Amino acid sequence: MRFMLLQNYGEVGSGCVPMDQWTPGDIKAHIDFQIALNAELLESGELIDAQGLAHPEQAKFVTYDGVGAPVITDGPYPESKELLAGFRFIDVESLDRAIEIAARASAAPGPNGVPIQDHIEVRQVLSAPDPEM
Amino acid sequence: MTDAARTEDLLRQLAPQVLGAVTRRYRDFADAEDATQEALVAATTSWPTEGMPDNPLAWLIRVASRRMVQHYRRDDARRRREDLAASWSIAGPETASGRDDSLILIFMCCHPSLTPASAIPLTLRAVGGLTTREIAAAFLVPEATMAQRISRAKAKVKDSDEPFALPPSDHRTERLRSVLHVLYLIFTEGYASSGGPDLARTELSDEAIRLARGLHDALPDNPEVTGLLALMLLTDARRTARTGAGGELVPLADQERTRWDRALIREGVAMITEAIKQGRMGEYQVQAAIAAIHDQAARYEDTDWSQILPLYRLLERMTGNPMVTLNLAVATAMVDGPSAGLAVLEGLESEDRLGDHHRLHSVRAHLLELDGDTESAIAELRAAAARTTNIREQQYLTTKAARLATEPLDA
Repeated sequence: MRFMLLQNYGEVGSGCVPMDQWTPGDIKAHIDFQIALNAELLESGELIDAQGLAHPEQAKFVTYDGVGAPVITDGPYPESKELLAGFRFIDVESLDRAIEIAARASAAPGPNGVPIQDHIEVRQVLSAPDPEM
Repeated sequence: MTDAARTEDLLRQLAPQVLGAVTRRYRDFADAEDATQEALVAATTSWPTEGMPDNPLAWLIRVASRRMVQHYRRDDARRRREDLAASWSIAGPETASGRDDSLILIFMCCHPSLTPASAIPLTLRAVGGLTTREIAAAFLVPEATMAQRISRAKAKVKDSDEPFALPPSDHRTERLRSVLHVLYLIFTEGYASSGGPDLARTELSDEAIRLARGLHDALPDNPEVTGLLALMLLTDARRTARTGAGGELVPLADQERTRWDRALIREGVAMITEAIKQGRMGEYQVQAAIAAIHDQAARYEDTDWSQILPLYRLLERMTGNPMVTLNLAVATAMVDGPSAGLAVLEGLESEDRLGDHHRLHSVRAHLLELDGDTESAIAELRAAAARTTNIREQQYLTTKAARLATEPLDA
């Protein structure tokens, strides 16, 4: 079963300040944690891809009605907290396993190593149909 | 067939024989499997330029053996095993035939200690001779991820500490069950995604059929093996008709039956007829018998549901699988009318064995539509569409709900 584990820029459960206000040591510990988790998932044969996205400041929204020129909206956006920060794309045996990995990611270390309690959105990716249809 | 395709075909045939010979010589399945894979890859690059060797099997065994020795040399901690291996390598002739090796390997790769997700890629690589890259492409994961999955599977097989031999006869039936299950899953994995952007995956169905044919050659008298092969052929016969031009699902009732593969149907029907005569019925034989009845109907309206119904009853008793009960409900509706079918569904719901499964909703939608209750059918189709995790099925259900909603009078 394939799942996207999505993280956005919204408030985290621990209520800690944004990462640009952390100490360099805390930032490094956080990044090391993410890299180690990805390495572990690659080793277990479950990781398809993991990416962080550029900051919402650089996001563009594109809307097009099919005629004329598309409308392109630049930041900054008042709702940037709802924008995606990064994702893990995994292929696992069960929903339980996806939740287990999401829980690990949620407890990534923040300032002073305190788990940040990130809100991880777990979404199953649609697959091809079964043959009995 | 192109030269490249012919070479690939030959390599896949030879793969289990190479692996069998190398495993028997060095007594290390996991390492022998890596060495065999490297030899196969070496062959695909060197044969097209240097020409095919006179004895391809011997060439592959020689290259794989050389890799084994290189691995042992590289790894100091294995020095003692190298000496041991060297003594084995002159220890004696390989006595077993390639066919026996394939059979031993398939039992190993479908070891009950492995989950299907581990057993499937290992079987495809070790017995099917596919490369890690091909398997990764078929399962839509990166090569490195698939390589890890395979090496973990091999570590598990190693831990089971099984000798390189057929399982003892008192376990063989049980072990064969795992093998059949894994082959069936490989088949459905490919069959589920035929057409369109998922083309790399359809090869899995062909591969499953090839593996099942090999198993059938090794165990010609086992009616369940025959039943599984027949089921695959009878299902595969409809492959091109089951998706439309845009890759959309075409249900059995709407398929253009002239596009079904008559040769496969003839072969499958002959096979299942023979198997059943042995009087040792099993679930794959029952499923094949049902598929044969569908395949022999010239039009959907000609389907002999009175034959299918008792087969689903038998299958339900054998498996206790609630998904079978869903099919039983459809067959019941076709023989005794939609309300009889809906009654079967009610029984299933009261036992709550399927929970809120999307297929329960889609079958109920179908029966309600037959019963003329279009409004309820639409609600059930929408419920099913919201619950399925299959994209083609979701598209099909959504489209069908929209069609019923816009053309209620035509229904």
